[in-house]
Amino acid sequence: MKLKRFKNGGVHPDPMKLTAGKPIVGAPCPRKVTLFLSQHIGAPAKCIVKVGEKVEEGQMVAEAGGFVSAPVHTPIAGVVKKIDLVRDSQGLWKEAILIEEEPSEEPKKSQTLGFDQKNPLRSDDQIEKLSGKEIVDIIAEAGIVGLGGAAFPTRVKLTLPPGKKADVFLINGAECEPYLTCDDALMRAYPGEIVRGIRYLMKASGTSKAMIGIEANKPEAIEALEMVTMSSPDIEVVPLRTAYPQGGEKQLIQALTGRAVPAGGLPIDAGVIVDNVATAFAVYRAVKFGEPLVKRVATVTGVDVKDAGNFIVAVGTDMNSVLELAGGIPEETGKIISGGPMMGRAVSQPDAPLMKANGGFVLMPKTDTARGEVAPCVRCCKCVDACPMNLQPYLLQILAEYELPDDAKENGVLNCMECGCCSFICPSNRPIVDFIKLSKLQLRKKG
Amino acid sequence: MIYVFLSLGIVGVIGLIAALLLYLAAKKFKVEEDPRIAEVEALLPGANCGGCGLSGCAAFARACCTATSLDDLNCTGLGDKEMAEIARIVGLAEGTRVRKIAVIRCNAACETRKLVNHFDGIKSCALEHSYYQGESACNFGCLGLGDCVVACPFGAMTFSESDLYPTVDADKCTGCGKCREACPRLLPTMRELHPGKQLVYVNCSNRNKGPLAMKECDVSCIGCGLCKKKCPSEAITLESFLATIHGDKCISCLECVSVCPRKSIIAEENPAPLP
Repeated sequence: MKLKRFKNGGVHPDPMKLTAGKPIVGAPCPRKVTLFLSQHIGAPAKCIVKVGEKVEEGQMVAEAGGFVSAPVHTPIAGVVKKIDLVRDSQGLWKEAILIEEEPSEEPKKSQTLGFDQKNPLRSDDQIEKLSGKEIVDIIAEAGIVGLGGAAFPTRVKLTLPPGKKADVFLINGAECEPYLTCDDALMRAYPGEIVRGIRYLMKASGTSKAMIGIEANKPEAIEALEMVTMSSPDIEVVPLRTAYPQGGEKQLIQALTGRAVPAGGLPIDAGVIVDNVATAFAVYRAVKFGEPLVKRVATVTGVDVKDAGNFIVAVGTDMNSVLELAGGIPEETGKIISGGPMMGRAVSQPDAPLMKANGGFVLMPKTDTARGEVAPCVRCCKCVDACPMNLQPYLLQILAEYELPDDAKENGVLNCMECGCCSFICPSNRPIVDFIKLSKLQLRKKG
Repeated sequence: MIYVFLSLGIVGVIGLIAALLLYLAAKKFKVEEDPRIAEVEALLPGANCGGCGLSGCAAFARACCTATSLDDLNCTGLGDKEMAEIARIVGLAEGTRVRKIAVIRCNAACETRKLVNHFDGIKSCALEHSYYQGESACNFGCLGLGDCVVACPFGAMTFSESDLYPTVDADKCTGCGKCREACPRLLPTMRELHPGKQLVYVNCSNRNKGPLAMKECDVSCIGCGLCKKKCPSEAITLESFLATIHGDKCISCLECVSVCPRKSIIAEENPAPLP
């Protein structure tokens, strides 16, 4: 059988899924957390607690600051110590709430984090009776954002703009980034829960069909999900050919439905909504157990990492303690990358708190992170072949270098999603994506 | 042989006809231009820096010739002699002008501000700023990749590779503001020069609270307010933990320079006016 994939471009980086098949391990419950008010795309959340106030586990500490925004909840019970500026993993100062467990409290029974199945808030009958609107409200209240990396508030995706209609709900389980396995681990461990989450999402958005796209290099995940969807014809599991960026929103839509999203448009313009498997799981937890988004699965990996694995981590935990779970930072580490190595960002503050969208950390040894010497462009056009958005990266790079943002715009620089295929494939080691980002900055400056 | 003369003749006739046509066209479509515009433009630096607030040197020359007063028209790149010459050409009184100069409000020399990580992307401050905090611990300081040096149309900025920090050549700087536009952290600030006074400024842009600012750099402004208290002419304001000295009120008594516990206030000799 010929597997589906997106039409144009793409590259095949070494998958390096070192932690595939490793079980999900719960991290110890943190004693203190630092919760950023802005963990998502859109307006920052508004703090609704005061310093010195006691908070319960799972309590909302900041409410949504607008329509495109999401509330923030605390994963631990304790006292609000401070509301202050804190450095994020890029070293930028952001407003955050610091919550610390009270020392007098008795040690908790469950010391490690986990997704326990006890005490559901709603029975299946009650969930059956919920309307789509009510489910969207639950999702909004639980502060769920896209867990694939972009952290776009899920509520906004589910609230369709007037006149638009979606007929297919796409679930992104491609996980095309090398190294990362958090979605893979989740699909293997909780396939039934994910599918129920998908059902809630379908009801909330009024779609009657769902497709789960998974790259073929995750046969166990595909099998697990196929087992639970066998009796439901409206949810289809589609194995996809392994290629980067298969998990890009537009690429996934093209691979699964054959539809194209217009330039500058949203998936809804093609009649689809796309969400990550981890998001579907979070939706299940929110609807069934009333659990807000306070913990998630994250991968800590790298060739030299001693105990690389998939961990359940709480939002707001100190990143160092999460890296410690995997045996700490190896000595010869050149870069810690938050996210996958293709699109992730280097971390300059390893003691920064975790955010909702942090799905993985890759610890790269110095030998792998060194950039090669930049040579002149030889016009081999490998970047043009590799570009999944049909752009001409070499041209955009030159236009950025000579500060011609208007010409770059004409050549579609704004359609670039910075997937990094061009820089990856370039035999001259040209930093093409850097220049494309610069071009976008030049355009923004011009207004 | 006849063909040589014949072809010469034909080309000659065509040339004459074309010349006649061009002459007639030039006569019919002639644009009357104030001859003073060209004269003024010849005096201007021709850098099209936009420091005057107009779109370029030609626009400035045109504005000079149509203006009724030269008060608002000031080419930052010209010395007083040239401006007097322009006033003579257009037949107006000389306007009042204040010379400005760029000062970079960061003292990011390597020994005072430790580098805590390494940026290996392309050499662009704008890009580095959009990515993250920068190579040092300070989020407000100079990134040291020289966007301002590239932007300067007068070659007034030089870059010290050892210190990763640009310096302004006071003799060449015209205060046009191009460097401030290029800097993602808005460190170059245009300061007015007043004859007989020293150029006193706070050499830091850190807006963090005192304890944080103190950790990030050895010579950061921590917003303690001592300079503001000491200043006899109320020339210093304090905004989000950062002191700013206003040149128009400063009497260059240098009280603030001596009182600053962080040594982040700098006094420089007033550079000579542009020749």
